[in-house]
Amino acid sequence: MSDSKDLLRAPFELAYNYKRSNGPVMSKFFEALGEQKILGTKSSTGKVFSPAAEFDPDTHESLNDMVEVGPGGSVESFSWIEAPQNHHLIKEPFAFALIKLDGADSSMLHMITDCNEADLSIGTRVTAAWSETTTKRITDIKFFTLEK
Amino acid sequence: MKRVAIVGYAQHPILKNAGALNEVELIMPVVHQLFNDLGISQKDIDFTCSGSCDYLQGAAFAFVEGLSAIQTNPPIKESHVEMDAAWAMYESMLKIQMGDAETALIYGFGKSSPGDLDAIISLQMDPYYISPLWPDRVSLAALQARVLLDQNVITSEQMLASVIEARANSKNNKNALITDLIDEADYLKNEMVSSPLNKLDCPPISDGSSAMIIASEEKAYEFTDHPIWIEGIDHRIESSNLGSRNLATSDTLQASMNQLNLKNIKFDVAELHTQFSHELPFLKSLLNLQDVPTNLSGGPLVGNVMMCAGLDAIGKTYESLKDNQFTHGLAHATSGPCLQHNMLVHLETQK
Repeated sequence: MSDSKDLLRAPFELAYNYKRSNGPVMSKFFEALGEQKILGTKSSTGKVFSPAAEFDPDTHESLNDMVEVGPGGSVESFSWIEAPQNHHLIKEPFAFALIKLDGADSSMLHMITDCNEADLSIGTRVTAAWSETTTKRITDIKFFTLEK
Repeated sequence: MKRVAIVGYAQHPILKNAGALNEVELIMPVVHQLFNDLGISQKDIDFTCSGSCDYLQGAAFAFVEGLSAIQTNPPIKESHVEMDAAWAMYESMLKIQMGDAETALIYGFGKSSPGDLDAIISLQMDPYYISPLWPDRVSLAALQARVLLDQNVITSEQMLASVIEARANSKNNKNALITDLIDEADYLKNEMVSSPLNKLDCPPISDGSSAMIIASEEKAYEFTDHPIWIEGIDHRIESSNLGSRNLATSDTLQASMNQLNLKNIKFDVAELHTQFSHELPFLKSLLNLQDVPTNLSGGPLVGNVMMCAGLDAIGKTYESLKDNQFTHGLAHATSGPCLQHNMLVHLETQK
């Protein structure tokens, strides 16, 4: 029997440990989120994309004209989760929703909570609630809640 | 375009939990069944292409292990797509068009049972704006379902009918995982997973594999007397920006239909890669298939092997044409949230 210290050992973490750069457009979007502001990018046709898109899927132009949008918006669609799963960030009943922020022409995927399923429909007004600490990530918006 | 035909297709029985059977052990029987049926071996294959998802196995380059299921010595020409194997079939089709191969073996495999598929699929989304929110695949599909219901593109009665019919059609599919019949009362008893989708609106977690062989016109008749021709194939993708898509329609699918000139073709059968109950009436309407028998195999609602179910739609259409006096079949494969990326394949028996 060999002593256990003779065995070759290597650490193994089951993960994809990639680091990503935010790039010039998304960097501005995330910097602004850190200051509780939501930006979008505006195309030459006047269409505003938020979260900031790097290019316009219709005209194919690259986008770098930043404009502020939100923090209020309306629900374009939602799916209601009564029993959140382990990986979900919100542990109470909540919705994933597409939210068209005021001043934007595209929608942002995010979460809505602090309400009941019956409170929501397409067109319902919601507003961003901010995380206590910001990390310049999309989760700096903690979730959306019904507009008072 | 060189004429290319499907000459064989085999599918592993779809399992709820393959347990200790690893991916290689899932692939091997279907590849060898094909070889035996056609009386050929790996030596007769010019190009081999597979489709799978490394995230399911949780390791980079996990797909390489799949090659242990086939003979790779002497060395073979081989490729892989991190996509449904329908796209491995597309790559193989291109390889034949370019004159680099006359025959191709395609296989796909997926074991979803060991992990948490909802969490895993979240990790495959846009890593900046979407993945950090951990949206599960059902909730994303439900966003499209709600838009379709709200705009009266489909009805909840059609969703119920999709579920009931899928189970009734499972009798045509010896490999189906879900075979018990249900009625409206059973359906309504199920709790919502992510409203408006309940458990039965969603496909079952499935393990399995499938394989297909395609060949140029010259080679096809060496392999079989009954090749089924790939008359047209086209795939297009919607914006990766989910919030800028119109979820009530699909411009890219419309473009594919025009490209393939499908308008005047009377299809005898169609198999659609519709994983959720609302997707079937939506695509039937978009693709003008209202009067066409669709998903006679039961489709993904009775067995949905990740990275295979698209290839299976093509394979099941092939089988329908081969086993019946049918002329035209349409197959559909999809990838990404809310039917983001779609492939249409027009299959035809010899005129």
